[in-house]
Order: sequence, then C-alpha cells, then structure tokens
Amino acid sequence: MRINPDHPHRVDNGYTGIAISLHWLIALAIVGSFSLGLYMHELPLSPQKLKLYSWHKWAGVTIFLFVALRLGWRLFHRPPELPATMPDWQRKVAAATHVLLYVLMFAVPLSGWLMSSAKGFQTVWFGVLPLPDFLNKSETLGDTLQQVHMLLNFSMAALVLAHVGAALKHYFIDRDDILRRMIPLLGKRQTSGVVK
Amino acid sequence: MTKWAKRLVPGCALAFLLPAAQAVEFNQVQIPKSSLAFVSKQMNVPVEGQFKSFRSKIAFDPAKPAAAKAELEIDMASIDAGSKDANDEVATKAWFNTQAFPTARFVASSVKALGGNRYEVAGKMSIKGTTRDLATPVTVRLDGGSAIIDGSLVIKRADYAIGDGMWADFSVVANEIQIKFHLVATASPAAAK
Ligand code: HEM
Repeated sequence: MRINPDHPHRVDNGYTGIAISLHWLIALAIVGSFSLGLYMHELPLSPQKLKLYSWHKWAGVTIFLFVALRLGWRLFHRPPELPATMPDWQRKVAAATHVLLYVLMFAVPLSGWLMSSAKGFQTVWFGVLPLPDFLNKSETLGDTLQQVHMLLNFSMAALVLAHVGAALKHYFIDRDDILRRMIPLLGKRQTSGVVK
Repeated sequence: MTKWAKRLVPGCALAFLLPAAQAVEFNQVQIPKSSLAFVSKQMNVPVEGQFKSFRSKIAFDPAKPAAAKAELEIDMASIDAGSKDANDEVATKAWFNTQAFPTARFVASSVKALGGNRYEVAGKMSIKGTTRDLATPVTVRLDGGSAIIDGSLVIKRADYAIGDGMWADFSVVANEIQIKFHLVATASPAAAK
C-alpha cells in the first residue's frame, strides 16, 4: 500500500470502486448511444425511428447526469499516481486527453439537447420529465447544432480510440498497471498494495 | 326595451343605418388573422403544427346564436407538422392521403349558447373520406368591429384512419390530437341589419 504523503489517510494506488463503476458504466453507455445515433440517423421515418430517437435522447440525459456525478466524485478523489516509468510528455498527453474527454462527455449531450430544442422537439426524459427548451425553434440553428453535435461526437470517438489504444499499449507493451487498475478483474501485476 | 331605446324608436331610420351591437352579423373571416393549429404527442413529447391555408364561412349574430352558420375548409397540403420529414410523411396514404383527399371540411349544424360568451358548436367533420359528428366548445369575444372566436378540442386520429398501418401504434404517436382554432370575423357593412 502506498500512502500519499499529503493525505496520509488516503489509499493512493487505486481507483475507488465508484470511480471504476462509473468509468465503465459511462463508457458502455457512450459507445451504445454513439452507435445508436449513427444507426438511427440512417433509418427512414417510422415509429421505430421515433422510438430510437427518444431512447437516444433519454440515454444522453442519463449519461450527462452520471458524468456530473463522476466529475463530482473526481473532484474529491484524486486518481492514483502514474507509474514512475512514464515519461513526462505522456503524463501531459494523458492528463489533457482526460480533461478533454470530460469536457466532451458534457458537451455532447448538451449539444444534442440544444439541437433537439432548435428543431422544435422538446426532450422529455423517459417520456415523463420535460426538460426546458432554452432555444426557440429555428431550422438554420437546428441544422448548425446538428453539425456541432456530429463534430463533437467524432472528436470524442477519435479521442476514445486514442485513449483505448493507450490503455492497450500500457497493458501489452509497457506492461504496467494502468489498465489493470481500471479493470480490477485483471488482477495486479505487482503484489504490493491493496485494491480498495 | 329600455327607456333609452324607447327614446330612439322615433329615429328608427337612423337605427337601421347604424349597426347596433345586438344586430351585427359577423360574416367576413379574416384569414390572415386566424389560425388553425394542432398539437400531437410523439413519445409523450408535444409537437406543434398548423395548417397554413384554409377558408372559412361564418355567419354569427350574437343576438341569434342558434341561427349561426359556420364552415371550414382546410387545404391538407398546407400542413406544417413540425419538420420537413413529418410534412412529407403525413401526406402519404397512411396519414392524410393528401393527393386523394386534398381538403378536410367542417360544417356546423347547430350552435348552442352555453351562457356568457361560450357556445357549443356541433357539426360534421370530414377528413380523408370519413365524416363524423363533432362538437366543440367555442368562446366568442367581441372586440371593436370583430368577433374573435376561439376553440380547442381533441379528436382521435384513428376515427379518421389518420396514421394507420405501422403508425397505428398509439404509444409512439398518440391517438389524441389537440386542435386549436382562432378565427377573427368582421361584419361586412352591407350585411349589417
Ligand atoms: C472501452 C474502452 C475504454 C478503455 C479500455 C478505457 C480504459 C481506461 C483506463 C485504463 C483508464 C485509467 C487511466 C489511468 O489509470 O490513469 C481510463 C480513464 C479514463 N477514461 Fe477510459 N476507457 C475506455 C472508454 C472510455 C470512454 C468511452 C470514455 C469517455 C468518453 C472514457 C473516459 C475516461 C476518462 C475521462 C478517464 C480518466 C479518469 C480520471 O482519472 O478521472 N474512457 N480509461
């Protein structure tokens, strides 16, 4: 167990169970809604399409809330230290990627919700809770926001691919604990420390 | 008759020339000031729409509401159902079959005064080749030289086979469609009695 000298009460070598659960829950939801978004967009108009659009919006609002929860948790729980073997530039790139991913995890659902308002369709969460419309209906604004929503999504997809690639590189090439500490099932490489 | 009116009787020629409030027939519908809107619910999300082109004939004398007449003819192709996709969709056979049934009509057969400025208008509504009895509450507000007629009612789209086939699933597009009409009618000077 490595003790953080600034916070001696904190176990400093692992993500908390909450952080890990939220990471994977959100990752799964994002991959699912992203794929759903691409798929539903191509469908001809049908009741099924309207259903899928609603589900996509409900999922987006839900993800937004979980991301808010996750960020709240993150503010009070520092992630574990990176391995000492990691060069400085990689630390910086990793930190920047994570910040950008957080920004996009908020920006993507936000842009979707604003787009929906601009297109004249209110978002009613799970068909029960109506979200306010901050934008009035406007075709041009709706089309612009659709572009924005797509651009943000593809940026996020590119970052996620890089992020996954990095995780796999840490696992297979660097053979450090980066992926293992996000997937406790993989077990620990070193026997030091206790996963909290 | 009030004392005031009695005094006026000798000058009845004048009374015939000036349309008194009780004897005006409102019969010129001002289409640009009128509107015909509706709200449908998709996955429980209210979606507003309207018909941009319609004609209406009304003859309404507040003193003789039971004698009132009203007709409405709607150009189905003028629909704005909320989006371009929706406009194309509702013109198809499953919805309004606009090509075969370009207009919808309402013809009032009775007008009942409900007290105050409220009335009940009953008549026949024809959409997509189906004619059904329809009754709607209506309020009439007199404002200057116009009668402002407002009403709101709910129709069931299945009654007129609007959106059948795969769209018959009310859990996606609800059966109930709320209609809101706003008609402004003025009195034509020639018709004033
Ligand atoms: C299925 C593919 C994914 C894998 C294999 C994966 C893997 C990982 C790993 C190993 C970490 C820990 C990094 C460390 O210990 O410093 C991590 C952190 C993180 N992941 Fe993922 N991830 C995936 C998908 C996603 C997705 C879809 C998102 C969001 C768009 C995401 C956002 C993040 C963020 C923001 C962090 C930093 C957490 C923090 O320290 O606050 N990940 N990921």
